[in-house]
Amino acid sequence: MRLVDDDPAGRRDVPLRITVDGEPVAGITGQTIAGVLLASGHRAWRTGPSGAPRGVFCGIGVCFDCLVTVNGVRDVRACARRAHEGDTVTTQSRAQGDLR
Amino acid sequence: MTRRVVVVGAGPAGLGAAAGALRAGAAVTLLDAAENPGGQYHRMLPGAFAAADPGRLHHGWRGFERLRDHVLGHARCDWWPESAVWAVERPDRGVPHVHVLRGEADGAGRARHVLVPDALVLAPGAHDRVLPFPGWELPGVHTAGAAQALVKGERLVIGDSVLIAGTGPFLLPVAASLLDAGAAVHGVLEANTASTVARGWGRRPWELPAESGKAGELAGYLGLLARRRVPYRTGRAVVEARGDGRVEEAVTARLRPDWSVVPGTERTIAVDALCVTHGFSPRLELPVAAGCALRDGAFTEVDADQRTSVPGVHAAGEITGIAGAQAARTEGLLAGWIAGGGAPDAPEAVRTRRSRDRARAFAARLAAAHPIGAAWPGWLRPETVVCRCEETTYGALLSAGGDPSRNSAHAVRLGTRAGLGPCQGRICGPTVAELLPDAGGNPHHRPVAQPIRLGELAQPPVENPIENTDRKESAR
Repeated sequence: MRLVDDDPAGRRDVPLRITVDGEPVAGITGQTIAGVLLASGHRAWRTGPSGAPRGVFCGIGVCFDCLVTVNGVRDVRACARRAHEGDTVTTQSRAQGDLR
Repeated sequence: MTRRVVVVGAGPAGLGAAAGALRAGAAVTLLDAAENPGGQYHRMLPGAFAAADPGRLHHGWRGFERLRDHVLGHARCDWWPESAVWAVERPDRGVPHVHVLRGEADGAGRARHVLVPDALVLAPGAHDRVLPFPGWELPGVHTAGAAQALVKGERLVIGDSVLIAGTGPFLLPVAASLLDAGAAVHGVLEANTASTVARGWGRRPWELPAESGKAGELAGYLGLLARRRVPYRTGRAVVEARGDGRVEEAVTARLRPDWSVVPGTERTIAVDALCVTHGFSPRLELPVAAGCALRDGAFTEVDADQRTSVPGVHAAGEITGIAGAQAARTEGLLAGWIAGGGAPDAPEAVRTRRSRDRARAFAARLAAAHPIGAAWPGWLRPETVVCRCEETTYGALLSAGGDPSRNSAHAVRLGTRAGLGPCQGRICGPTVAELLPDAGGNPHHRPVAQPIRLGELAQPPVENPIENTDRKESAR
């Protein structure tokens, strides 16, 4: 999981920073929150009812596997939301007893 | 008075519809949930990437840019990006009202609008259909569409060691994108056997010359696979994904024409990502909410001019049949022209109908070459997850289906929770309907088509706001 380097599309990278569960994570402007997470090595961040890990499945806002809390607002599809400088992202869980 | 046409979706079909309606003289409001037009097929890079050569990643990019610039720059077109249609309703049995939330995806304070058009064109598109298999819920297993969206839309490569599997021509552009981005692709597995694929492609060969553009595109992908020594295998599928907390291995097996597994042909391959697609599911919640009749319960029924069964509602693109971008664009042009008040017998309508029919014929060829084999549930085990949201297993569904007191769509949902999770059955709905055919119910019935927050629902909506149409016109 990584960004294309030496991109034939001629991409220009403007860095940004968000936090995920309090930890700083670096990304580039224009990425979705899922993009920032995946490019920084996070494969999974949400847990299903059994506690099983989930990340991006459909990537286009259909499956709701990638839901996160952004700046205090729950249930945001990480694959559909652009990351903004300073976004505070917290992960969510549907497992019983896990209050995220 | 100028007719007001609302077009939902700005992919190939929606952009075509907007262009058709504008040509007919209508005022158009074009909506899309995304920030940019293009849909999934022409998914644009974010503006912040300031890419020097975005067309490098796309087929038919220049034609798309021309259509996009014409439509979005038109004085009578109002472009609404980041606009989610969460409901359509017919309070007066006339043309449906369109309920829209404008603002960042899943934001908390989006503005509510209600549009009351003279005609509505629905062009919401489709998403990958993925049949379940053991381990498909592991992180690192993605739809092929996810891999394509991430690489086209964000220049993100889904893995370094990738296997692409399923059925359909879409496997090929995904492989090409990943190869172009530098991923190691171990292979492309087409579940249908070589004879099924060849029979589908070879039917009505006299039609092929007219379809040479699309066929040439696909041949180009096959050539790329051959040059990069990536095997394209038919009659083989991924039947299991394994790993501890993420996909580490894929189990592949040879399939018979009905997609039953040939015992003893299983092979295990190490991967860090698996991309799977078994065709496409049309996004039918809006046509269903508008009251449009369906064809075989699977697609929106339209007449020769793209009219649905509801007066004033037109449909274009994948919701009328999976036929690809070219068919979608021509269906859109025709739907928009008619919705905008254009004459059905105008020469341009006749021409558009002809090229639409050619594009659809190509789609019929593909559908015949890449069917879903009826024996695929043989891959499942009792503990295999079918509903990803609620983790409902195949075993739980079978026992609910076998219990006569619970054998209705409603009872199966309540008893097993399949389809009751956050995705509202978008992913598992068609699968559950296929596994339990006697349970009935419409897997596309979703009156609230997109999540809306209570605070947003409590706000009074703005009706028919007129935005930059006036500004654009006064500027001229």
